[in-house]
Amino acid sequence: MSAPGSDATVAPPAIRLIGITKRFGPVVANAAVDLSVQPGTIHGIVGENGAGKSTLVSILYGFYHADAGAIEIAGRPVQIPDSAAAIALGIGMVHQHFMLVPNFTVLENVMLGAEAAAAAAVADATGTETGPGADVGTDASPGAGAPKGRIGLAAARRAARADLARLAADYGLEVPPDAVTGDLPVGLQQRVEIVKALARGARVLILDEPTGVLTPDETDRFFDILRSLRAQGVTVLLITHKLREIMALCDNVSVMRQGRMVAHRAVADTTREELASLMVGRDVKLEAEHRATDPGPVRLVADALTWRDRAGVARLSDVSLTLRAGEILGLAGVAGNGQSELLDLMSGIAAVQEGRIRLIAGNAERTIDARHPADPRRLRAEGVAHVPEDRHRRGLVLPFAARDNAVLGYQHGADAGAGRWLSPAAMRARCAALMRAFDVRPPDPELRAAGFSGGNQQKLVLAREFEAAPGVLLIGQPTRGVDIGAIEAIHARILAMKEAGAAILLVSVELDEILALSDRIAVINQGRLIGVLPRAEADRHRLGLMMSGVAPTDTGPADTGPATEADDPSRETA
Amino acid sequence: MSLLDTLAAIELREVLLLADSAIRLATPLILCAMAGLVSERAGVIDIGLEGKLLAGAFAAAAVAALTGSPWAGLLAAMVTSLAMAAVHGFACITHRGEQIVSGVAINILASGLTVVIGIALFRQGGQTPSLAADQRFGEIALPLAETLAAVPVLGPVYGDLISGHRLPVYLAFAAVPLVGWLLWRTRFGLSLRAVGEMPAAVDSAGQSVTALRYRAVLLAGLLCGVAGAYLSVAHGGGFVREMSAGKGYIALAAMIMGRWRPWPVLIACLLFGFLEAGAARLQSLEIPGLGTVPNDLVLVLPYVATVLLLAGFFGRAIPPRALGTPYVKER
Amino acid sequence: MTRLPAWADYGLLPALNIALAFLVTGVVVAIIGENPVEALATMVEGAFLFPGGIGYTLFYATNFIFTGLAVAVAYQARLFNIGAEGQAALGGIGAAAVALSLDQVLPGLMVVPLAIAAAAAAGLAWAIVPGWLQAYRGSHIVITTIMFNTIAAGLTVTMLAGALRDPRQPNPQTRQVEEAARLPAIHDLARDLGLEAATSPLTLAFPLALLAAVLVWVLIFRTRWGYALRVMGQSEPAAVYAGIPVRRLTLGAMAVSGALAGLMAVNVILGDAGRLVINFTAGYGFTGIAVALMGRAHPVGVVLAALLFGALFQGGTELDYVYRSISREMVLLIQGLIILFCGALSLMLVPWVARALAAFRGPEDAEGRA
Repeated sequence: MSAPGSDATVAPPAIRLIGITKRFGPVVANAAVDLSVQPGTIHGIVGENGAGKSTLVSILYGFYHADAGAIEIAGRPVQIPDSAAAIALGIGMVHQHFMLVPNFTVLENVMLGAEAAAAAAVADATGTETGPGADVGTDASPGAGAPKGRIGLAAARRAARADLARLAADYGLEVPPDAVTGDLPVGLQQRVEIVKALARGARVLILDEPTGVLTPDETDRFFDILRSLRAQGVTVLLITHKLREIMALCDNVSVMRQGRMVAHRAVADTTREELASLMVGRDVKLEAEHRATDPGPVRLVADALTWRDRAGVARLSDVSLTLRAGEILGLAGVAGNGQSELLDLMSGIAAVQEGRIRLIAGNAERTIDARHPADPRRLRAEGVAHVPEDRHRRGLVLPFAARDNAVLGYQHGADAGAGRWLSPAAMRARCAALMRAFDVRPPDPELRAAGFSGGNQQKLVLAREFEAAPGVLLIGQPTRGVDIGAIEAIHARILAMKEAGAAILLVSVELDEILALSDRIAVINQGRLIGVLPRAEADRHRLGLMMSGVAPTDTGPADTGPATEADDPSRETA
Repeated sequence: MSLLDTLAAIELREVLLLADSAIRLATPLILCAMAGLVSERAGVIDIGLEGKLLAGAFAAAAVAALTGSPWAGLLAAMVTSLAMAAVHGFACITHRGEQIVSGVAINILASGLTVVIGIALFRQGGQTPSLAADQRFGEIALPLAETLAAVPVLGPVYGDLISGHRLPVYLAFAAVPLVGWLLWRTRFGLSLRAVGEMPAAVDSAGQSVTALRYRAVLLAGLLCGVAGAYLSVAHGGGFVREMSAGKGYIALAAMIMGRWRPWPVLIACLLFGFLEAGAARLQSLEIPGLGTVPNDLVLVLPYVATVLLLAGFFGRAIPPRALGTPYVKER
Repeated sequence: MTRLPAWADYGLLPALNIALAFLVTGVVVAIIGENPVEALATMVEGAFLFPGGIGYTLFYATNFIFTGLAVAVAYQARLFNIGAEGQAALGGIGAAAVALSLDQVLPGLMVVPLAIAAAAAAGLAWAIVPGWLQAYRGSHIVITTIMFNTIAAGLTVTMLAGALRDPRQPNPQTRQVEEAARLPAIHDLARDLGLEAATSPLTLAFPLALLAAVLVWVLIFRTRWGYALRVMGQSEPAAVYAGIPVRRLTLGAMAVSGALAGLMAVNVILGDAGRLVINFTAGYGFTGIAVALMGRAHPVGVVLAALLFGALFQGGTELDYVYRSISREMVLLIQGLIILFCGALSLMLVPWVARALAAFRGPEDAEGRA
């Protein structure tokens, strides 16, 4: 029972972590981490992928147990054995991937969250478990769906409805209680997550990479919500890798690197550059060396592509693009606005329904449309390589050895064997060559893909696709989940491919990446191409507006082709 | 006029006979399908319905034969089936094993154990001794059955079709609204369904995915136990080898056809009951023009129907999202 | 997730899991009131020591190699073929139909390959339908193959009661295939070479099964088709990305699987029995599941597991003779337990083994995994 400081006028930290250590086998995810978060502030935690941010907040939320260290909430030492205990302590968490049951209504999702709060309240009342200080949650909220009827759902439903009304009044957080959650736009789903946490009495809100799915515009509104929560005394812990957000929103920031807490700063006293070098442990170039080149001949033309999913919803509407040799066309947009579908169409994974794709190599031209389909195998043979957005699901077969992965997609080629036979020796040789070329570590063709780090996995995928010497290169999220050191190398490789004359489509949700690499930038929103800008005319603000669906009024048709002849009558889909 | 009346009466009796038989045949299907529904709504595939049914049937008959009490038999069936469900849970929930593999193991284990223990206990080649009437659940005459007997249509329908079944039949029909209420009208049900759709959400809300799934799997065990007891100490009078005869699988099919919803599942079970009852009658029939339909092919008709129905000629069934995936906390 | 060295993963772990299965069986035997060690000794004696015991063991193993390979090939593509039982039954119908209609017309040397082909073709046909239903209609292959097992049983009975029935027999079964149109017995061949050999139902179907195992290994691990199959089994999104036609491959995998299951019938119809009888598959298709899981879906593992199960079945027959209280269904129990431990609970012992290995190696290599 450590007394919360002698100075009674200073409120104790809302959260205090002391010497938190966590190991996963031989990997030390958190090494003696200290953290102190003042109540009623927005506190950022930045760090590269794998720096230990997520592990740290998972411990705070009771997902993991620290091997060593102590936690104090509002000045009182607590144990957090599970998430229920965290919730009882007034801690709420909004995960990067929403924890919402998609086919439940908003109300049901809120009730689901309230279950544990109610259970914890019961446990509290009877004075069991949950450790000391379980009643800390300052003005311990009503706790949605408090257990009036122990079994039945009706009472809980009423209570949750009342909670939603209260939150709408207090914070202006309106959500439609009876809408099916999965049908809501992403921004609204995120609001449901916040409401869910607040409804069960959260006074501390942990947000894990919350803006990845939001448009710049939605992000701004989201920040406003967080500021108003702060005004109401809620403490916010923001986990992010976007320094821009830290600078725009936070009061204080802590930097993590390789499992350690390396610095604490007041945001007013620091700069992006300082934070970046703290994150990486050395000075970093935030921009890649970009050399403008003269674009060569047209290699691929996408012409009025429209694609509907099984439910008949148009995921792409009338998208037209041109890829030229020696040029990178960046495709910017918030995740889920049709980029994946476009990559699938252009790589042959999905069948073209309306419109067509023309592949041009010298004098030869080949058209792919609904009547002349192509599959990925055919397209690879025609020189279209594809670095998929999700290397774990698509780009690699994780349980396979690296050598087996080295020919994935090229399993019919000479690198995999001769005739109809497969040759492990040939595959091993191919893999070793790829590993040499891209400095994959460890350079062991027999190691399973799952055994490599994210950066090295990605390098293996890039090596496989780049070394196929493609005329057209489709790249999706090349640096997702890759540490900063590897990002530099990967960017350099992409630029080298461009200089070697490949026609490149670069899809990324990281605007910085798009800006750093592209010669022209196309912006997609809800399956429509909003416009295409030359790099020189693009800036964050303008692209941000376009990503929200606002067409660039002062730009002429920057791309050839019918895309921007914009007399496309209303095809408003949800 | 009186001739017409007679005809109508005959037809009614025929129909009632068929319906009555369908209900009897559907009973174990209903109980097992409800079991499967509860388990799969929580995200755990249950191919092991068949094995639990068989083990339950054996336990019920064996204990009823030894103690003379059908109630003891029922209890034994429930305990046995519960134990097998616990094994399934241990493999699939605690150790994240493949759920289908575990189910197959349960089924084969049940096939082996019932005979091994049966021979060890009774030395009758794997059967249990036939049960006397008082060792089985008797037919229950519902109140007013006698009184209403004279009323046309209603009388026979009530007296022959609704009244006069054995206890587990009524339990089966009670299980349908009960399961519906439990899953859709209680807080437990809300969490249970959530765990079958998105276990991470439940975990993040501070509830135990493991505990919820175990409860669902064990509940399924209990229901299968009742079904087993029905086979051997109510519908039948003793246990014979492999007496579940694929009913667990048919129940699984009915559950899918009913899209994991209690009332549609009940209808599917009754449909299969009718098919089987009808097949049994068709056996003795000769179709004009086609000659005799081979008995054994007729008996296979429900299975063929299942295949056709499952092949989507009945619309798409969307299973619970997390069905079959063990829950692993992500890092 | 903890990773074990290959020898522990493929050798130690299965051995421990099998030991567990036997341990539990031993407990059941003890509860029944018999001595588990004596029962085991009886089984070993029956399977290996009695004259002809080994022949019977290998005869059963032949069945299990075929059905085990069938399940394994599908499993490599993550298709769970529970229908080997029905596919074998269809194989029986196919083999019997061809052999019985040709054996008095054509020379045996021509009938045998035709009948073998018919067995494979019939099994293939019976498996490809569920494959098609899964690939193109979205019905779950597990459920469909279960249904197809029952339908196959009904079909067999119908054929035996009708078209294929030998009218001179009281029971529904076919007449025996002419000696010349059956596979020669190993003991006959051995005696021709002047060797001593006890009489057993072992025929050339056994080397045929071994050949099938070799071919399956080549197919899966040394052809581009096999590569595609394994990619699909491990990750369907990756397969789609790599341009592998998943639906067509589903049909292909089920075709090979069904053909292998169908070949099991050869061991019976063209073997010692020489005729089709009701339920000649006797659950061997289900045993194939245990064999495939125990053998980690690898042909070498499948052959080893099939030999073990062959010994178990032959030993189980011996149990029937010797004991009144223990029946051959004891083998079914072991089979269920092996599926449980080697299949569903295959991960249970991993952390224990990892810890034990770490303790055993001591600090000398603390690298773990990078």
